[in-house]
Amino acid sequence: MKFGIVVFPGSNCDHDAYHAVKHVLGQDAEFVWHKDTDLKRADALVLPGGFSYGDYLRTGAIARFSPIMNAVRAFAERGGPVLGVCNGFQILLEAGLIPGAMLRNRSVKFQCEHVHVRVDQTDTPFTGACRKGEVLRLPIAHGEGNYFAPPDVIARLEANGQIVFRYTNAAGVVTDEANPNGSVAAIAGLCSERRNVVGLMPHPERACESALGSADGLRVFESAVESLKSGTLVARA
Amino acid sequence: MIDAAVLERHGIKPDEYDRIVTFMGREPNLTELGIFSVMWSEHCSYKSSRVHLKTLPTTGPQVLQGPGENAGAVDIGEGLAAVFKIESHNHPSFIEPYQGAATGVGGIIRDIFTMGARPIALLNSLRFGSLGEPGTRRLLEGVVGGIAGYGNSIGIPTVGGEIAFEPSYAGNPLVNVFCLGIAKASDIIKGVASGTGNAVYYVGAKTGRDGIHGATMASAEFDDKSAEKRPAVQVGDPFMEKLLLEACLEVMQTDALVGIQDMGAAGLTCSTTEMGSRGGAGIEIDVSLVPQRETGMTPYEIMLSESQERMLLVAKQGREAEVERIFEKWDLHASHIGEVTSDGLLRVKERGAVVAEIPNGALTDEAPLYHRPMAVPEYLAEVRRLDLDALASSSEVGRPAGEVLLALLGTPAIGSKRWVYRQYDHMVRTNTINGPGMGAGVVRIKETNRAIAMSVDGNGRYCYLDPRHGAMLAVAEAARNVACAGARPLAATNCLNFGNPERPTIMWQLAQAVEGIGEACRALGTPITGGNVSLYNETDGRAIYPTPVIGVIGLLEHADRVVTRRFQAPGDVIVLLGEGRGELGGSEYLKFVDGSVRGIPPVLDLGAERALQPLLADLAADRLVRSAHDCSDGGLAVTLAESCFDTDGIGADVSIERTAVAKAEPINVAAALFGESASRVVISAAPDAVSEVVKRAGDAGVPARIIGRTGGRSLRIAVGGRVVVDVMLTDAERAWSDALQKYFVKRVA
Repeated sequence: MKFGIVVFPGSNCDHDAYHAVKHVLGQDAEFVWHKDTDLKRADALVLPGGFSYGDYLRTGAIARFSPIMNAVRAFAERGGPVLGVCNGFQILLEAGLIPGAMLRNRSVKFQCEHVHVRVDQTDTPFTGACRKGEVLRLPIAHGEGNYFAPPDVIARLEANGQIVFRYTNAAGVVTDEANPNGSVAAIAGLCSERRNVVGLMPHPERACESALGSADGLRVFESAVESLKSGTLVARA
Repeated sequence: MIDAAVLERHGIKPDEYDRIVTFMGREPNLTELGIFSVMWSEHCSYKSSRVHLKTLPTTGPQVLQGPGENAGAVDIGEGLAAVFKIESHNHPSFIEPYQGAATGVGGIIRDIFTMGARPIALLNSLRFGSLGEPGTRRLLEGVVGGIAGYGNSIGIPTVGGEIAFEPSYAGNPLVNVFCLGIAKASDIIKGVASGTGNAVYYVGAKTGRDGIHGATMASAEFDDKSAEKRPAVQVGDPFMEKLLLEACLEVMQTDALVGIQDMGAAGLTCSTTEMGSRGGAGIEIDVSLVPQRETGMTPYEIMLSESQERMLLVAKQGREAEVERIFEKWDLHASHIGEVTSDGLLRVKERGAVVAEIPNGALTDEAPLYHRPMAVPEYLAEVRRLDLDALASSSEVGRPAGEVLLALLGTPAIGSKRWVYRQYDHMVRTNTINGPGMGAGVVRIKETNRAIAMSVDGNGRYCYLDPRHGAMLAVAEAARNVACAGARPLAATNCLNFGNPERPTIMWQLAQAVEGIGEACRALGTPITGGNVSLYNETDGRAIYPTPVIGVIGLLEHADRVVTRRFQAPGDVIVLLGEGRGELGGSEYLKFVDGSVRGIPPVLDLGAERALQPLLADLAADRLVRSAHDCSDGGLAVTLAESCFDTDGIGADVSIERTAVAKAEPINVAAALFGESASRVVISAAPDAVSEVVKRAGDAGVPARIIGRTGGRSLRIAVGGRVVVDVMLTDAERAWSDALQKYFVKRVA
């Protein structure tokens, strides 16, 4: 299986995602430059973390205008699996591929630490290998991860089962203390209505080897490999 | 017209001006005077410290690049080099904490990638006044925010560091930043200009009026007008630097470059002069070709601007288009601003007309060199006296030892620094195998099995009481931290933070500290490969404690054998390596119970230290230890507590001998618990490994004593057979966790 990793100017988790899928998982991977328009026949796309264009305006606000984003959007519309991590998630929000927006963390500070997230939906290409309710220990590293959407949108996300990951304690219970940034409904990650586009603030690519403190993030990438094998992937770049 | 007032504004002394006129054979014009003023500033010329720095050990079989380049480099095997350096940004951080600290990070990162290395880790060493002061909290928030803002954005993890709070830093906080990069040993690039006719390129951010005379500002004391110097602090743009970093590393892959240098202190002036000087060549540039952010800038302003994120590079003839193309890919424009010449001059033109022409040598080699007078400070005799028995009457000393331990754990000096490092991305690049929070930061090198451990350490109190000895202790502690992680210390970098060198007592502190660093580095086999000197850290005539900060890096041949401070399992045996002498001089305990900084700092036996460090690396390599933690601030009791923290509640039950340092028994107990004797490490080992550990220690000549076992939910310590500390781990850990955090709780009005 081939992962395409989109590199925006200011992406800084691109090499980490590449390492995780290529060297830890043993899958094929290739970088896709933001000025390109061709996705290099990738089976799945990763929009990595970082500070695209410096994020001086609003996180992800400029990256969504990069030339490659037309190809990303078309790929998503064909049902291709797209994973946005951290800044990649913020770009997906700005691009309208997933609803909602990010506010600054309620601490008004950048936070880098391990948190627990519960997998609430397993019918996406990035959670199929997880058990429903499984708790993953993943790192976060962001200043603007406080997810916000109006109540009617949240209600729709809940009804459609689009809330894929929630911040919880180690036992899988949503508590205010376990919510690191103030996100509405403890939302850590969402999927699109068609379920093929998934965005999350935590960094699964940083949690693929136990030497780094957790290997739980591997489940996210293994899910993509499994979903390709089982034929649930419906498109190819 | 150059008169006394103009000279004073440029920080040039009358005799220095005479020297300029002699070299030039004429009076300089104002642009030339400006160029001299920054190149001859303390910050760029090291004119007060150079005679002392020359005595430092800088060579060894592992050293690929010693001092004099943008950063030092050492061989780490498998054809790779570790490139590293520490630098200060103290003065700007006081005036504008966020940007001052951010641009400090940007500057040291440029120094590393300029050498052809990819930066992979950052550390920082910070000093502030008392945290009880609102001004200190504002500075701390700004500095930490600035370091985070820059490092996080550019994507280089901050994997460790240290902070101390002491009133002497209230008006002069210290912000020292360390960066480590990895390069192929054969691909190290230097800051040289050579090859007459080769094109000189300017790449990066446009030049503005920011930072003019920053180097001069860093070479003077502060007074009540210092806040007006705000315009001399630069503004950082980590996104621009990220583009520069990636583009420069890509260009360096092509061998189309002759040399490259970043524009740091003294900007275009320093980079053109130093590159020409190192290559035995000259450089001629036309300032009208320099990209400018503002209109109407004079040659003087362009040459002296310290705008950030700018690089100067020399391309090989015929390869220019290749270089330009790579920068275009990253949306950067490489501007051809001049040529390399053969005449050894720095020649500056403006639209073709020469506006400055100075021999490179006059700016670099011929910069003034001072053997400044030195005198032993008068305060020393008084502060070195410490009467422990007189102390015994203090009510704090009479408190139960467990209570004192909890209180010490809750001080900002000893408490958890999580509030700080949580703001730093310490995981990006997925190499961090031991992150911040104490001890060495450790990053693996993915293409190999190896890892690099690194630590920055300094103790201003010890240096205040004895600068020579305090500096030795700093070297030993940094190297010991690296060894505790299982690494073999390889080399060091130093950042010397002192007051005004024109005062003989400050100069004496500096000279003593440099001597101490030299002696310790020679003994421990860690040559100094570079560093930085920051003087004039004074406000209204009050100097900081003399604060040499030492960064040491070490090599782990097997990344998976890294050792941390944390106990790994209940039932393990706790062993104390080294000898406790109950030394309380300059200790955290003394400061806590008496509010004083006095006495004689702990003795450092370099022979003992030299035996201890390789033993630690050997024990780790053979997987005989499960945790190792250096005894430093707060002594053995604090070290034991810290070994229990972040372990999901593995306690310890320990019994140690009493010390006899005073007549009063409470003091003897306190000395055993909280004395800060050097060269001691608390390790834990599986029960079946202990006899081998003790035997190895014996063979190495390192005292090793089994002092207890891990396990339980509390920390119990008996001194001389009597249990004096018995605290619940949850209570201890809470006190420790809240130590910094509690100062920043949002108060709702």
